[in-house]
Amino acid sequence: MKTIKEKTKKLTGSKAMIQALEQEMNRDDSIFVMGEDVGKYGGIFGSTTGLFDKFGGERVMDTPISETGFIGAAVGAAAEGFRPIVELMFVDFHGVVMDQIYNHIAKIHYMSGGAVKLPIVLMTAVGGGYSDAAQHSQTLYASFGHLPGLKVVAPTFPHDIKGMLISAIRDDNPVIFMFHKTLQGLGWMDQIDASLGDVPVNAYTVPLNKANVVRKGKDITIVGVQMMTVEALKAAEELAKKGIEAEVIDLRSIKPIDKETILKSVAKTHHLLVVDEDYLSYGITAEISAIVASEGFGDLNAPIGRLAIQDVPIPYSRVMEKFVIPDSKSIIDSVLKLITV
Amino acid sequence: MENISKKDLLWIYRKMKTSRYFEEKMEKVYLEGKQPVFNIGAGPVPGEMHLSNGQEPAAASMIVHLTKNDTVTATHRPHHEAIAKGVDLKKMTAEIYGKKTGLGKGKGGHMHLFDPDVKFSCGGIVGAGIPHAVGAALANKKRGENWVAVAFIGEGAANTGAFHESLNLAALWNLPFIVVIEDNKWGISVAKKNATSVTSNAIRAKAYGIKGYSVKDNDPIEMFKVSKEAVERARKGEGPSIIEIKTYRYLGHFQGDPELYRNKEEVPKLKEKDPIERLKKEMLKENVATVEDFKKMDAEIYKEVDKAYEFAVNSEYPEPEDALEDVFC
Repeated sequence: MKTIKEKTKKLTGSKAMIQALEQEMNRDDSIFVMGEDVGKYGGIFGSTTGLFDKFGGERVMDTPISETGFIGAAVGAAAEGFRPIVELMFVDFHGVVMDQIYNHIAKIHYMSGGAVKLPIVLMTAVGGGYSDAAQHSQTLYASFGHLPGLKVVAPTFPHDIKGMLISAIRDDNPVIFMFHKTLQGLGWMDQIDASLGDVPVNAYTVPLNKANVVRKGKDITIVGVQMMTVEALKAAEELAKKGIEAEVIDLRSIKPIDKETILKSVAKTHHLLVVDEDYLSYGITAEISAIVASEGFGDLNAPIGRLAIQDVPIPYSRVMEKFVIPDSKSIIDSVLKLITV
Repeated sequence: MENISKKDLLWIYRKMKTSRYFEEKMEKVYLEGKQPVFNIGAGPVPGEMHLSNGQEPAAASMIVHLTKNDTVTATHRPHHEAIAKGVDLKKMTAEIYGKKTGLGKGKGGHMHLFDPDVKFSCGGIVGAGIPHAVGAALANKKRGENWVAVAFIGEGAANTGAFHESLNLAALWNLPFIVVIEDNKWGISVAKKNATSVTSNAIRAKAYGIKGYSVKDNDPIEMFKVSKEAVERARKGEGPSIIEIKTYRYLGHFQGDPELYRNKEEVPKLKEKDPIERLKKEMLKENVATVEDFKKMDAEIYKEVDKAYEFAVNSEYPEPEDALEDVFC
């Protein structure tokens, strides 16, 4: 761990992403960005703002609405030695391009016995909470984490967004880089404190395989990702007032999953709640529960809590959407049930 | 034929013949362990097997115009293209046998052959290789090289979204990209006329403002000429092309296909016009090569292919736990 005091600047998630892209594109000419509205518009969720003016249309390429075409083209360009970064505007649009992602990007390195490397970053916006309904609000962390051959990351805070995006770009494997819309700090969405943070000015990397303990505690471990980490931290503050010290782990990496950090924490707190803004069945809550049940069962003093979207599509109307996505209140309720068991 | 050099004719013949002999040998080997009762997973070469007997002109007469720097993506029926592109025959055969010495160390098999040394790849999803070739063409353009990328597909793939998305992109970005459609008339069991809204896919070029070419009757000479023009245009930055060649599928979609859907007379009739024999006859007539030359060439071809099979048979299988490697680099 570095202890040198680095020069930092307060940035939003969006600005942290742009800075990562800009610094890496300056460093390496083989990097280029392709996607819908990534040019002049700057990315619908502010992932590439200003880059078109800096690098031009050759390196920040607007594409037609043609995900199979341009994400498939990333495969060919990567095999030829480029490092393409492609944006799938909403993760929900995966359906039109899943063959390229699931059958090609993820498997070609393996099927070629390691002969073909595909250093592709697929950036995609995830998450709900703003009434965009069932086709524009999912996170789908688990759908991507399920398949071998893809690294899948979902950083929460601006520091990690920049550091993990740089790591993703430098990685020779395909990386799915999920950024949460609400954490981008966009002027036209809910403003939340977590979307602003200290970010080192220079380029740096954050590993793609490590979870991060973002709050220390001794009574219960809460594992979250992106907005669920934010909600868990909020819940932890309230729980502290009731004398419960929650340890909050920001998962950051969906695949590979950092078992050690979770098991170590559970060994200390003896309680576990996993919170996910993805569907309940077969998801992150199930995966982490299975890991802890098989490798840390003896450390548990209570059943594992799982809080996620209850296997329904995400509804439009605000009151229903709020009901299905876990928040600090439902986290507190769950913790209180687990702790009093 | 007068405009084709002797060297090119000999090259095309050699590649077509190598491919044909390779496939005929594979037909036999594939049945080992699968008789009397056919079991797709049994024998030294398990899994699906899609052979290209009859389709050789599409590959050889195009790839003769390409160099090592040009990219080829192919399909689930890839051997004729792989052989024409110069994929290492030993490693390719070993891959088909699931051996450690194979192109993919036994992890890919016959539908998933990757040889980056000669920029060849193929895959088992219909249409999916087209955007890969578009990406390679984009890379060539970005680098300022005049290298081209050619996607080989079947006529069935011309109905996928990937085909149309790719052609729009290639045309929009004016890429050095060519798609060769091998119209063997059948998408597994469904005839082209029951699957495709137009009689010729070449006319679909109009929809993208690019060049479309049709090659009749599996003709290696016509395919050579058309491909030459398309490749030259691509190299000069004059944009992408579609080439559709009417070709012959002598065998079933895969080995073991009962082929109840097609008339028993179709294949014998096609074989009467076999493109390799036709070319050989022409070459003899035009004094490009003598009977002796052909004998010598064929002997060399048989030896090369036999050696590749020997290499595959004698190679070791991977260790079971090798399955856990190469997920990431």
